[in-house]
Amino acid sequence: MSIDLLEGTPAAPPRDNGELVFSEPWQARAFGLAADLVDGGHFTWDEFRDHLIEAIAGWEQASGCGEAAEPWDYYRCWLTALEHAVGERGLLSGDAVADRAAAYASRPAGHDH
Amino acid sequence: MHDDHGHGHHHGEHDHGRHAASSPGVRVEALEDLLVERGLADRERIDATIQRFEDDIGPMIGARLVAEAWADAGLRRRLLSEADAVVAEMDIRGAEIEHIEVKANEPGVHNVVVCTLCSCYPWALLGLPPNWYKSPEYRARVVREPRAVLAEMGLHLEADTELRVWDSSSETRFLVLPERPVGTEGWSVERLVELVTRDSMIGVAHAADPGGQ
Repeated sequence: MSIDLLEGTPAAPPRDNGELVFSEPWQARAFGLAADLVDGGHFTWDEFRDHLIEAIAGWEQASGCGEAAEPWDYYRCWLTALEHAVGERGLLSGDAVADRAAAYASRPAGHDH
Repeated sequence: MHDDHGHGHHHGEHDHGRHAASSPGVRVEALEDLLVERGLADRERIDATIQRFEDDIGPMIGARLVAEAWADAGLRRRLLSEADAVVAEMDIRGAEIEHIEVKANEPGVHNVVVCTLCSCYPWALLGLPPNWYKSPEYRARVVREPRAVLAEMGLHLEADTELRVWDSSSETRFLVLPERPVGTEGWSVERLVELVTRDSMIGVAHAADPGGQ
């Protein structure tokens, strides 16, 4: 089994008792981006953790109330926490992120080839 | 000619078609690009961090610590009383951001680790946690009914074994020091390391059976 998680990076050995550390590339980016913002002093791991706890609790409440919750996805909670941390620190406005995401979502397939 | 163009840029799922703006791949890409454009994040540092957690940081670091503690009673005592100092001396990268406590299994006492609120874990010693550790089921149930959860995971403890569940936090991360398997007397640290599984250092398994080596 070999999965190229990142361009230019050799396929990582499944060190984690056979479990890949990240199952999709975006999970790795979300992890690395949070770590980089912590390293850069934009927020601390403790602050990030508070957002993560909130995101996970939000999922669990929605799930426990029998609403149509998203299936459990840890890194979606991580991403939500990252967006909240970035917003709380005023690093980016929510509008700027939403506009960019909308622009990327409307790209034609194969746009970068 | 433009060898550096797009270096480190990720080519993710969007290559294969259109995705909603709410899809996680698109959201992460938007965040990353905007933060990089504003000079708040650095793509090559992100690449390096990801690679470090995929290739260099993992249970083999904790396994060495455990094997050395099995082989050296003095180190074992220190690991149980001042793990941070021992880890610092071993020059384990990233350990400075974590306060680590080591809990030893012994006859009649078994330790197991959880993070009930999120996913706190001794990254520097074990890497990133496995999916089951982060799951709502494990986080909720191992506190309420640890014996049943461990049995489901294949670890059957004696009825009179005391079970201690340690809830991690941003302040404290826990590592379990599993019992050294019988039949490993005189083994070198190099051989012992092979018996120390990730799951045994979380407390959901014993160290591997030396007969299986």
